[in-house]
Amino acid sequence: MASEATSTERIAEIERQATEAIAGAGTSQRLEDVRIEYLGRKAELPNLLRGVAQLPPQERAATGQAANRARQNLERALERKAGELAATELDARLAQDRVDITLPGDPLPAIGRLHLMTRTQREIEDVFIGLGFNVAEGPEVETVYYNFDALNHAVTHPARLETDTFYVEPRGDIFDPATRLLRVHTSPTQIHAMESQPPPIYIIVPGRVYRPDSDATHTPQFHQIEGLAVDEDVTLADLKGTLLTFARAIFGAEREVRLRPHFFPFTEPSVEVDVSCFHCTQGITADGRRCPLCKGTAWIEILGSGMVDPNVFAHVADYGYDPEKVQGFAFGLGIERIAMLKHGVPDLRLFYDNDIRFLEQF
Amino acid sequence: MRVGLEWLHEYCAPALSAFQLADRLAMTGTEVERVETHGVSALEHFVVGKVLDAHRHPDADRLNVCLVDTGDGDPSQIVCGAPNVAAGQTVAVATPGAVMPDGTKLKVAKLRGQPSHGMILAEDEVAIGTDHDGIMVLPDDLTPGTPLADVLPIATDVLVLEITPNRPDCLGVYGIAREVHAATGAPLQPPPWREDSGTPGELAAATVTVEDPDLCPRFIARAFENVTIGESPRWLKARLMAAGQRPISNVVDVTNYVMLLTAQPMHAFDLDAVAGAQLTVRRARDGETLETLDGQTRTLDTEMVLIADADGPTSIAGVMGGARSEVSGTTTRVLMEAANWNGANIHRTSLKLGLRSEASGRFEKQLQPEQAMDAEVLATRLMIDVCGATPVPGTIDVGGWAASIPPPASIRLRDARVSGLLGIEVPRERSREILEALDFATADAPDGLDVTVPSFRRNDVTREADLIEEVARLGALETLPATLPPRRNASGRLTERQRLRRQTADALTAQGLHEIVGWSFEGPELTERLRIADRPAVRLTNPMSAEQSRLRITLLGSLLDVAQRNRARGAAGLRLFESGAVYLPDPADSDSAPAEPRHVAALLCGPVRPPTWRDGSPPPADVFAAKGVLADLLDTVRAPWSVEAAPDGEPFLHPGRSARILLDGTSAGWLGEVHPSIAARWGLTDPVAAFELDLDAVAALSATTQYRDLTSFPEVREDLAVIVADSVTAAQVIAVARRAGGSLLATTEVFDVYRDDERIGAGDVSLALRLHFRAPDRTLTDEEVAARRTKIAAALAEQLQGRVRDS
Repeated sequence: MASEATSTERIAEIERQATEAIAGAGTSQRLEDVRIEYLGRKAELPNLLRGVAQLPPQERAATGQAANRARQNLERALERKAGELAATELDARLAQDRVDITLPGDPLPAIGRLHLMTRTQREIEDVFIGLGFNVAEGPEVETVYYNFDALNHAVTHPARLETDTFYVEPRGDIFDPATRLLRVHTSPTQIHAMESQPPPIYIIVPGRVYRPDSDATHTPQFHQIEGLAVDEDVTLADLKGTLLTFARAIFGAEREVRLRPHFFPFTEPSVEVDVSCFHCTQGITADGRRCPLCKGTAWIEILGSGMVDPNVFAHVADYGYDPEKVQGFAFGLGIERIAMLKHGVPDLRLFYDNDIRFLEQF
Repeated sequence: MRVGLEWLHEYCAPALSAFQLADRLAMTGTEVERVETHGVSALEHFVVGKVLDAHRHPDADRLNVCLVDTGDGDPSQIVCGAPNVAAGQTVAVATPGAVMPDGTKLKVAKLRGQPSHGMILAEDEVAIGTDHDGIMVLPDDLTPGTPLADVLPIATDVLVLEITPNRPDCLGVYGIAREVHAATGAPLQPPPWREDSGTPGELAAATVTVEDPDLCPRFIARAFENVTIGESPRWLKARLMAAGQRPISNVVDVTNYVMLLTAQPMHAFDLDAVAGAQLTVRRARDGETLETLDGQTRTLDTEMVLIADADGPTSIAGVMGGARSEVSGTTTRVLMEAANWNGANIHRTSLKLGLRSEASGRFEKQLQPEQAMDAEVLATRLMIDVCGATPVPGTIDVGGWAASIPPPASIRLRDARVSGLLGIEVPRERSREILEALDFATADAPDGLDVTVPSFRRNDVTREADLIEEVARLGALETLPATLPPRRNASGRLTERQRLRRQTADALTAQGLHEIVGWSFEGPELTERLRIADRPAVRLTNPMSAEQSRLRITLLGSLLDVAQRNRARGAAGLRLFESGAVYLPDPADSDSAPAEPRHVAALLCGPVRPPTWRDGSPPPADVFAAKGVLADLLDTVRAPWSVEAAPDGEPFLHPGRSARILLDGTSAGWLGEVHPSIAARWGLTDPVAAFELDLDAVAALSATTQYRDLTSFPEVREDLAVIVADSVTAAQVIAVARRAGGSLLATTEVFDVYRDDERIGAGDVSLALRLHFRAPDRTLTDEEVAARRTKIAAALAEQLQGRVRDS
């Protein structure tokens, strides 16, 4: 009994001392020393455990259990303490691991930019796709027939002149329908589209167009988006609603549009469309000056449009476009012009200069 | 077209300011470019004065010191330089504070020591004439102090209008007055040609023969005697000046005045200079020449119409008169012509000769024969009133126009069609009101109106849609609702091809490339620099410059141009791409339309990424950087691709770094570094890596990706290093490994390249392959993988004499 009591007491004593030593260990290294001292190969407690077999049988169970329990307790305490010390020590180490956070960041490779023209084109395309329009395309090298004749341009229309249209070799008579030219507008694709699809048709046509002209608001190449909607009952009011939706999507929800009568050979009635200025109130800027964008008029011209002229339908009547049965609207807008208005770009030529500092802005 | 309100108001005078009127016109279809003030302003400083005394300036021979009563008490001293000033004259005076036409403000001045409190005015000083030889002497019955503006048209607002080509009737003041009437409701005075002072019947003084009535539907002429050539009255000169027309002499001024009022150009012949007193309208003979009023000799062709007298050609019909029968200071008999010409023919003549005039600009828009008589009637009145002329009885009126023009047809304007096209109801009475204001005649019909078009709108309004436009612009646009179209069967979406273009652009920007938009044009010099001048290109007949005389056949040119510009502006790392069409003529058939395939091309030059404080000199881009971009792009769109060396490929590439891009084995573009000597011609001295790819070829391959199980069972990775001769390519090694690896070898790539004369051997290279083994249905065993690896090593040894290095 005595030896049994002694050994369990001794075990309790060791556990008490070891627990104290663990609690007192200030560093991971010190804690490791404690572990070796109490649980290492040469330590007393493991030896006690190993010596259980030599104990008298009646003592074995009690001593073994006590020693085991003590070892488990100590191991748990060591583990807990090690965790605490590691966290503390990591914090201390990290506190030392300082950088000059004010140095510039080192980014992953920066993404590039779509050209402002493309961005604007996509923005406009998406508005019309949402309205149910498909995106059609047509050739840029066109014929006199598609560019002028089928679009009801009188032979005397000045746009046909070589001062207004680029013609293509081999040189042909500029009044011959088969003579090739660079399209001056995306409108020829109206004809191609109607030749390939019966009504109803709802399309927009983005693309490059060409006119011999060069100054701050004209370049010999620019981009347009044509729109065409034909059905039995598409009205001028529908044109207004469609363009109002477009104007609000691009220039802001508060915009209004107004239609101003005009003349285009391929529409009748023809209208120019103005959007209410988004830079001022009634022509006056916030600081009380005459608005430079709308020139004080409160309206900005954005595009030309109208109801498709019956003479245009007559050219595609064989494809299901009987002028007595179908009607619709068409419009054409300059993509760069929309982008210039929206983003305040002062000079069209910037679009084709492609200065990276310009490209990166958008 | 410049329309002075002073003139306009004679026919229609709405109670609107110039700006209000401009706005109203703009909203009803007449575009107003701007509103100008013609003449003087600060009108209270312009008065009638009486010269009380005029004596020679003590210190200047050419100046007179005058005492002028301007009606406000004390007479003013005014120094005047005009030779014709004299005591007793009634004159026009500008007092200090007056603002002259050029905007300068008059102040009290001292001229050679004598104070001058204003200015005695000459015509040109108030822009109502061109005379500067002397001051204006006014009628004596005017009271000093009378506002000058009550006496002389010294100020008027001018609307500068842009007349659309469909409205030649608006090229005259009266046509504009009619528009103003319809747009504002202000009453319209009857046209000034209602009463004819001339007489019909045969005119004995001259004969006119029209040989080509299809080109000259109507030729009217009247003769006038006792003509005194001189200056026109001030009111007439002032109107011409405000319209931008220089007064010349009364007879010429009358022709211009009539044109500006009616839109119909006229021509005055000196009848005594018309040889044989006979005129013939005929086609020119090929090569026939004529000296026009501007002193130039013109060579005509058989499509051009001229007017000849017994001695030969005197005028190019509808374009310009000749010098020989021009009205001069000694003219006493005038033949006044008002003719109607075929617009398309005049257009062609004017184009061909490069000769445009006020007359041809109007005729080419196709005036109507009736207008010629209106003009002749008005001219007759003015010849009597302004030139003191006596009309010779009779009128020449030939050309047979009446037979060629059908009687005015009536067009049915259906109420339902108006609302159906516009999307708004317009009451029938409102339509009628609008059309009648525009001189259309209307009659009731069961479903609308039967409308008769006035002659001057004959070409413009031929269909119901044209009538609807008239109703819309004046009666519907302002209140038009905004609705959306029905969109039956409409389903908006991008095509595959369009989505592919967006995807490729997005993949390239994601890799840090900036999109550019280049010119579709290029010049022969550029293709020469690129060594592709021998390739066919679309050429323009009328380019703006040599650099823009063709359409591009590659996107590389614009990329290099943009790279050069940006480099010159200090950009070091250039990462650019463009997506757009190239234009490729069919070499077998130059008459056919060129192909316009969509390409995408990228250019990398300089550091692959911007330097930072951690990495001060990132590596420069080279062909592998470009290949990496290309690979990411093609992998993004799931195209099956490869490249093969093409040392004899594109002539603008570095021959050792030149490759063809293959899509499913078919060539679809190029990849490489631009030949250094070519890059140098764009000022680029570091490697320029680039590629160009036919996007349409990519689109043709597009297929839906099918699912493969890559996650249920793990893959096993093995590395294998093989030494092969330098001439063996990585692609060959991979191909052999693939075949030997069979279906279990999912992918393999080169991850290291090593050369060492001692350890590897001169002329050999060690390629390290990473082999990824995977089976879709099980986890592979070590034995399976080892067997495959052995097979691969054996194949490399056998087929490429490769030596597998022990790992």
